[in-house]
Amino acid sequence: MITSNARTIRPQRLLREGMIASAQRHPDKEAVVVEGKAYSYAELLESSLRLAAVLKQRGILQGDRVAIYMNNTWPCVVSIYATLLVGGVFMAINPQTKVEKLKFMLEDSEAKILITESLLEKYFLPAIQNIELLKGMIISGDLASSSVHESIENEDFNHVLQNSRPLQEPVEIIPNDLAALIYTSGSTGFPKGVMLSHQSMVFAAWSLIEYQRLSESDRILLVLPITFDYGLYQLLMAMKLGATLIIERSFVFPVEIYKRIEEQKVTVFPAVPMIYALMISSHKKKKLCFPTVTRITNTAAALSAEYIPYLHEIFPNALIYKMYGLTECKRVSYLEPELIDEKPTSVGRAIPGTEVFLLSAEGEPVTPGDTGILHVRGPHIMMGYWKNPEKSKEMLRPGKFPGEKVLCTGDLFRMDEDGLLYFVGRSDDIIKTRGEKVSPVEVENTLVGIVGIKEAAVIGVNNNIHGQVIKAFVSLDNGVELNDRKIKKVCSENIENFMVPSEVIIMKELPKTDNGKLDKKTLAQV
Amino acid sequence: MSIEENIRRYILENYLFTEDQSELDNKDSLLKKGIMDSTGIMELILYLEEEFKIKIDDDEIIPENMDSVNSILNFLNSKHVT
Repeated sequence: MITSNARTIRPQRLLREGMIASAQRHPDKEAVVVEGKAYSYAELLESSLRLAAVLKQRGILQGDRVAIYMNNTWPCVVSIYATLLVGGVFMAINPQTKVEKLKFMLEDSEAKILITESLLEKYFLPAIQNIELLKGMIISGDLASSSVHESIENEDFNHVLQNSRPLQEPVEIIPNDLAALIYTSGSTGFPKGVMLSHQSMVFAAWSLIEYQRLSESDRILLVLPITFDYGLYQLLMAMKLGATLIIERSFVFPVEIYKRIEEQKVTVFPAVPMIYALMISSHKKKKLCFPTVTRITNTAAALSAEYIPYLHEIFPNALIYKMYGLTECKRVSYLEPELIDEKPTSVGRAIPGTEVFLLSAEGEPVTPGDTGILHVRGPHIMMGYWKNPEKSKEMLRPGKFPGEKVLCTGDLFRMDEDGLLYFVGRSDDIIKTRGEKVSPVEVENTLVGIVGIKEAAVIGVNNNIHGQVIKAFVSLDNGVELNDRKIKKVCSENIENFMVPSEVIIMKELPKTDNGKLDKKTLAQV
Repeated sequence: MSIEENIRRYILENYLFTEDQSELDNKDSLLKKGIMDSTGIMELILYLEEEFKIKIDDDEIIPENMDSVNSILNFLNSKHVT
């Protein structure tokens, strides 16, 4: 009789299973190295199971949301896997998120537990006021403030971890269940939660692993936030493969990162154009060379073709990947690295196992060379926006087969004779800056919320490094004195840093069109 | 204005957008407190170079020299800025 045993090949259906399998295969291998401190797979599994048991005790059931508002830290990694082990849905929130938006996300998602760190208390303490459904907080580090709300239980991360027993068995769920909720900026000014199932995330991670030619022996560097999906997938991919993820807080001190690349023998370096721009400017002063790195990847904004020769010098052994994506399907396309010199402005073809096509505004196919709206088909697309059926319907259109959905991205692209994609722009006024989508309405609402500002208009201005930067125009109430610095300050208290306008222009009167609407076309020429 | 006041004022005005002195402790880690990001550090370096007529090498842009008001003051001291 054939009995089930460890040799039976087990398919991976849930996001957590890759990490569990890696821990069983080589418990002592380094899973993550956080700012120089190594943690093995066994430690990751053990800590995650312990925290999962705590979450279960605190009432987290299948499908419940756990908000994780943290920097790139070991507790952040453990929190993600603990949530997955208990069958919950993790919601990783950018640590730059400010009070109002954090409050909105906690309310909208109906998160039951918030896991965070004391360094962010300035923001989360006011945000959790009067949030009925939030039952508890687990905080890493010591709070400076003593005035924590009595209504919400709060516990210390290390303390609960030390004092709990590991969860016996992961809570059962199926691949159709939600794994994550990732909030992105919405055109109405309120962020929308992108619902991603285990099925779609497992699929996307394997597709990325395939085209980036990753393996168990890779050592992937993470300097991007884990809360940014590009950063998050580095963790998910590394843990599935049983590879090692080298985690750093940020790229603020490049020299530290350069040392880390050498010392940790990093093989994969994912970054964004701003990071490459900084490296190239250092390289011009004093040569940089990282021969251990065999793949570098870029997304968020286009990698300028002028960078490529320098990147070949800095990473002499690396394949260079240009990619394109959006949270609603994780990633759309990548350019085969062998084509980088031949097609330096293209973002390539659909990722393995998926399909893309361009349609006109009327829904007709466009001929090669013409601009059309990018549509995406495949198992990686989102289930929809959380509690927002209307917006979901707008983005997810009926597909080829009954019940199938295709993603209408709203991004304008051109496709050449070889089927390679070229980004043209947005079909709406959403601004794409530093890889984040920013709704002008959200920034405008923040601006007109400032006492003394009468009107505000926000546009995106093309920029070589960030894709676009945000430019704001405001007019003031009579007799009000406000300067651009003060306006930026209030913005930075209310919205994420990447949403704060890089330029604020104060005008006597904002230009209007004939029917009285703000004339953004004229403003774009100011 | 002392060098300390100068640095504090620059950071408060440009990164914390405030004049409230209590918002910044000289020991605060600019990185961990989320005050400094990659663009911010480059602006800080340019400011220090211009304001104090010094040259800062990329190798000197490390937390020991730049991560708090105190470390910046020590660094400037080592550069003989008075």
